[in-house]
Amino acid sequence: MTLNPTLHIQQVQITLHGETLLAIDRTIAPGEVLTVMGPSGSGKSTLLAYLAGFISPAFKAQGQVFLADTRLDTLPAEKRGLGLLFQDPLLFPHLSVGGNLRFGIPQRTANKQAQVVQALHQVGLAGYEARDPATLSGGQQARVALMRLLLSQPRAVLLDEPFSKLDMALRQEMRSLVFNQLRDAGLPALLVTHDHADADAAGGPIIELG
Amino acid sequence: MLRLAPTLLIALLALPVGAGLLMVFLPAFGYLPALGGNTVSMAPWQSLVAQPGLGRSIAVSFASGLLSTLMALLVVVLFLAASRGTWLDRSIRRLVSPLLAIPHAAVAFGLAFLIAPSGLLARFFSPGLTGWERPPDWLIVNDAMGLTLMAGLMLKEVPFLLLMCLAALPQLQPEQRVMLSRSLGYAPSIAWLKTVFPALYPLIRLPIYAVIAYATSVVDMAMILGPTLPPTLSVSILTWFNDPDLNRRFMASAGAVLQLGVTLAALTTWWLGEQCVKRLSHHWLVNGTRQRGALAIAVGGRGLLGLTTLLVISAIAGLAVFSVAGFWRFPDAFPGTLTLDHWRRILPMISTPLVNTLSVGLAATLIAAVLVVAALENAARHHLPAHAGQWLLYLPLIIPQVAFLFGLVVAAESINLRPQRALVVAAHLLFVVPYLYLSLSEAYRRLDPRWLQVAHSLGASPWRAFWQVRLPLLLAPLLTACAVSLAVSIGQYLPTLLLGGGRVPTITTEAVAMASGGNRRLIAVLALLQALLPFIGFSLALLIPRLAWAKRRQMRGVA
Repeated sequence: MTLNPTLHIQQVQITLHGETLLAIDRTIAPGEVLTVMGPSGSGKSTLLAYLAGFISPAFKAQGQVFLADTRLDTLPAEKRGLGLLFQDPLLFPHLSVGGNLRFGIPQRTANKQAQVVQALHQVGLAGYEARDPATLSGGQQARVALMRLLLSQPRAVLLDEPFSKLDMALRQEMRSLVFNQLRDAGLPALLVTHDHADADAAGGPIIELG
Repeated sequence: MLRLAPTLLIALLALPVGAGLLMVFLPAFGYLPALGGNTVSMAPWQSLVAQPGLGRSIAVSFASGLLSTLMALLVVVLFLAASRGTWLDRSIRRLVSPLLAIPHAAVAFGLAFLIAPSGLLARFFSPGLTGWERPPDWLIVNDAMGLTLMAGLMLKEVPFLLLMCLAALPQLQPEQRVMLSRSLGYAPSIAWLKTVFPALYPLIRLPIYAVIAYATSVVDMAMILGPTLPPTLSVSILTWFNDPDLNRRFMASAGAVLQLGVTLAALTTWWLGEQCVKRLSHHWLVNGTRQRGALAIAVGGRGLLGLTTLLVISAIAGLAVFSVAGFWRFPDAFPGTLTLDHWRRILPMISTPLVNTLSVGLAATLIAAVLVVAALENAARHHLPAHAGQWLLYLPLIIPQVAFLFGLVVAAESINLRPQRALVVAAHLLFVVPYLYLSLSEAYRRLDPRWLQVAHSLGASPWRAFWQVRLPLLLAPLLTACAVSLAVSIGQYLPTLLLGGGRVPTITTEAVAMASGGNRRLIAVLALLQALLPFIGFSLALLIPRLAWAKRRQMRGVA
């Protein structure tokens, strides 16, 4: 794997109708997880939408975001190389499990098939390639969503309360799976959550909004 | 390219309507150089006013538009107030939606065959209840007051208004409102009328105006069911325009302007009525009566809608019986012999109209679908409010067809475009685009934005995300919207007749043309065919997603 980049969030300030919603100035090293906490309405999701490139034009944002030397905040969402994990797995319902994984793999990748097989094997879902995502359990869907994200070879990852909809037992298991995978891949990650247990499991620095 | 789509869409709707109105206004005041009218004069109006029975024509057009809409709204509102989501309510609802697909002309013929003195109803009750051995000499269809016309209009308006209400209701969270009022001691139906309907009405106001405008100026249904001496204003205008004496064109133009005025007057009257009801009902809304009238609404609401549905279904069933009837003596409820002769006689004659109907309908639907999807995609990508400028969509639906289509023909001829198939497609677009947009925009807006966000975060470009994520997820609503637009196109009478110059016959124009001929069995075959085509479209729209997503459980629940 090539040298992993660092994510720089430089003096970012987001305002709505002239009122400052949040201000942040941080650097996230490869393999590190920065946790952003705060009550609902504190702008956690807005920050995530801003970084990912989906922010609604009603918000005004200042500052710059760099991934290594690449400036991100001026790029369209699909060129930023930021992987997203939501509360819901959001597996495309019209594609098979394998189709979902292949959707994310960059186009000019060799041996896509082998990657898909390997990824499913890695999360204990070997042989699930042709399955309809709707027939998978919640935990299985979450694992496929994680592997879809990793196969797309992101250069950094954004996590939007990814464990909040899982039940207690599953939550613990997914936390260690996700954070281990991100650490192994050496990806900088930003986690948005209101659950302290998430922050503890992430093991990185924490900032509070609101 | 995508950015141009909304502008193109608006231009496509506004320009023809504007040009059509202009080319009706000018000749209405004597100015149309192509026909030798070089000076502005009031002569067209003078000859219009001198037409015998003009007042009666106006009165029938005005009254049938308002009364049929009022009755239809009453039926729908009472049903929704009474409806509690029970099995019966849901089945009635499910029966009503396909009725929307049946073209006006087919419903009109079906109703005529049902209630005519020698129709199915009279046969059913004769001679037992009525003692009739031969049909009574009554003028039921084509009655001078336009009552049958109103009934026919109502049968088509009820399903339309019901579907418009059902589409608007979810955003009001009616269950919560009703539950809250019930906890305050209100009967469910009263609770619905007092807390849901006042919020619902503003959302269905434009569709109601479209219904009024349509009903005051309808041509095909009025030719089949309406009075004849004199006919409704819209039918008179059509007759004058088709008169070989070209000077009558000026008078017809004045008539078209008058029609615009009649429709506007009907809309204004309705609006005044709205204000009155608003004032008068204010006290009733808060006077605290919780139960009074609940039973009447519960029974009446279901009964009226059930009756409406039953009438349409029997009308279509009646068409089916007439289309295979052989020898059929009067008071007999069923034909003595059944035969396929009528079908065999007519099928070879209708291959051209059938091809025209389908080619025009499919072309218009395809063009409209591309334009509408492009406009919606543009709005979604640039976070534009989906409802901006939506009233423009209603422009071709609220301005009466007779008021601008003749002008449109003149405008096209003035730039050397003779009536032809391409113009028919263009004219159909005026009515197909609004319906396609209205049926698709809600599904487009409601699609979870995170699907596209996931696709983008996985590196998919906007176009790849559109083709591989948005379009498959919206396949079912898109096909339904296309089926709606195909049905709208199939039902068009006046645009097909005028912009095709009578040389692009479709099933609809052929059926309406036979109206005065009076061979019931042949008419029944054509009307059935006309009703059948939209059904094929809707069946495909249901079937294709089911086949495509046979192995995708979640996709079967979508849309």
